[in-house]
Amino acid sequence: MHNDMEADEMKIRLGAWGTVMIIAAIVSASSVAGSWYYLEVFSRQKLIVATTTSLYDTGLLDEIEEHFEEKYSVDLCLISVGTGIAIQFAQRGDVDMLLVHSPAQELRFLQENYGVNRKIIAYNFFQIVGPKSDLAQIEGLSLTEALSRIVSAGRNSSATWISRGDNSGTHTKEKELWNAAGFNWTLQRDETNWFKETGSAMGKTLITANELEAYTLTDIGTFLAYSEGTSNLVPNLKTLVSQEAELINVYSAIAVNKTTNPNANFEAATTFTKFLTSKEGQQIIENYGISVYGQPLFYPAVELLRNNTAPMAQMIEDYAYFDGSECPPQYRYDYPELYGNK
Amino acid sequence: MNYMRLRNKFKPIPLLISFFIIVAIIIAIVSVEEFYEGIKGAIMLIIFADPEIMEVALRSIYISGTATAFAIIWSIPAGLIIGMGEFVGKSFAKGIFNALLGIPTVALGLVLYLLMSSSGPLGFLNLFINPLGIAVGQAILITPMMISFTISAIEAIEPGIEDLAKTLGASEVETAFAVLKESTPGVTLAIMGSFNRAIAELGIAYMIGQNVGGSTRVLTTAIAMETTRGEISLSLALAAILLAIVLSINLLTNLLQRRFQ
Repeated sequence: MHNDMEADEMKIRLGAWGTVMIIAAIVSASSVAGSWYYLEVFSRQKLIVATTTSLYDTGLLDEIEEHFEEKYSVDLCLISVGTGIAIQFAQRGDVDMLLVHSPAQELRFLQENYGVNRKIIAYNFFQIVGPKSDLAQIEGLSLTEALSRIVSAGRNSSATWISRGDNSGTHTKEKELWNAAGFNWTLQRDETNWFKETGSAMGKTLITANELEAYTLTDIGTFLAYSEGTSNLVPNLKTLVSQEAELINVYSAIAVNKTTNPNANFEAATTFTKFLTSKEGQQIIENYGISVYGQPLFYPAVELLRNNTAPMAQMIEDYAYFDGSECPPQYRYDYPELYGNK
Repeated sequence: MNYMRLRNKFKPIPLLISFFIIVAIIIAIVSVEEFYEGIKGAIMLIIFADPEIMEVALRSIYISGTATAFAIIWSIPAGLIIGMGEFVGKSFAKGIFNALLGIPTVALGLVLYLLMSSSGPLGFLNLFINPLGIAVGQAILITPMMISFTISAIEAIEPGIEDLAKTLGASEVETAFAVLKESTPGVTLAIMGSFNRAIAELGIAYMIGQNVGGSTRVLTTAIAMETTRGEISLSLALAAILLAIVLSINLLTNLLQRRFQ
């Protein structure tokens, strides 16, 4: 008798709580579904672009976004990540387009059928910056000479080199530069007493270099933003090697391949590529930063390549062309007008 | 007797310590130029109501508020069940939630990204780069915290309340509400603490939201971005705004709680 009552009580207990839980579940599910539906239906057509940090953190893309959204009814979502993770996002189908600066990684991306319709949009130069005291005495030297001096000074423990170490475009460039100068980057990495990796973004790497009075490779945009911005965040650093042909940095746009990722917003990506390579887009790139830093941060590349202006066109072609073209025909998809009659 | 009472009232050591802490904070603020600039910047931003910053701040409150609302729906009942119930594995369940309190937000963010990514199992919901995605992620993040704190709050009240309510003929649900009412201060703390954790976290907001301006940019991701861009004083100003939001919401809850007691 007593046991029965207890069992009944248990039933009631479970029943009442069950009702509460079911109601809770229904309420939560419907509120999630409701707000999801709202966001889906009332949002504009989205174009998600993964960009390299140097284009974004300098503020260039904010300005481009403003002009682009005025003209087209596309909601441009820019996400600023390193080239490595940007390519990951594209492979998983989370973004529609890439703005990157790492030709070797770009070629692999095209070859693996993830991207199509690559267009070179801009270029500038990397710089080697270092402490004002310049203990390794590299100022004004050629690149190979400068790197050798840093290595020997590093081994005498009178200089330190800071590497990005994050598989970004700048990091890839750094590896190429070391290898081109005759050093083995993989072995050098182990000489941790003078060769240090931060594994973080350019800005943080510059701050670290500033603290340790070390040498590092940087894109010009981030360095100017840090040294000429509202306050000089890297007072111990200055530009030591720049404008060397090997230091060229080329930015390109790649649309995610529609046949590999059917969800990709290919049409909007093409619209954006066309905007970037249009006269208007190129003009924004050319003028950006002059009013703040007294010099442009990026140089437009489209006109230059079309007219084959020496010597820059040759330098870009040597560095960032695949089989003599910015995008070989097998990696193109629709929209032949992107490549003119070339 | 009187002497003892006086001695009990006057506590010089904690007073001295707090005095020194305040002096140290003031010295720090005045001596580091950036702190000063940051606080000045925050006040300017608030006074002139910079629309972009206000939008980011409001979005932060909206997203984390939604996350807290979601979490309340399942965490408070779960906390009540575990706190009031007697069942095998109760301490194990409590242990699990206590352990999950320390879950690293980046790790959770990464797992959620893999789930919500276009090629992930929940990809069809389009939660990646979506404010709702951040809210869902933060709700998951704060669930263990809310459950854990609710359990403690319920266990802290007189065990007699439950029996008393039942003796007076209350049903199970009515009893649960009586217990909940008694433990209001503790449950409020659970909710407020969870909201604070949600609004102050970075890992999920960055991984799921990716800091898209005008859509998923919240205060913490804006702080991280402006720091990367080298705008240190703006970052500090944003941090001050975040702190101001957290403090004022907590003050408000305290006041409300006092009024209703």
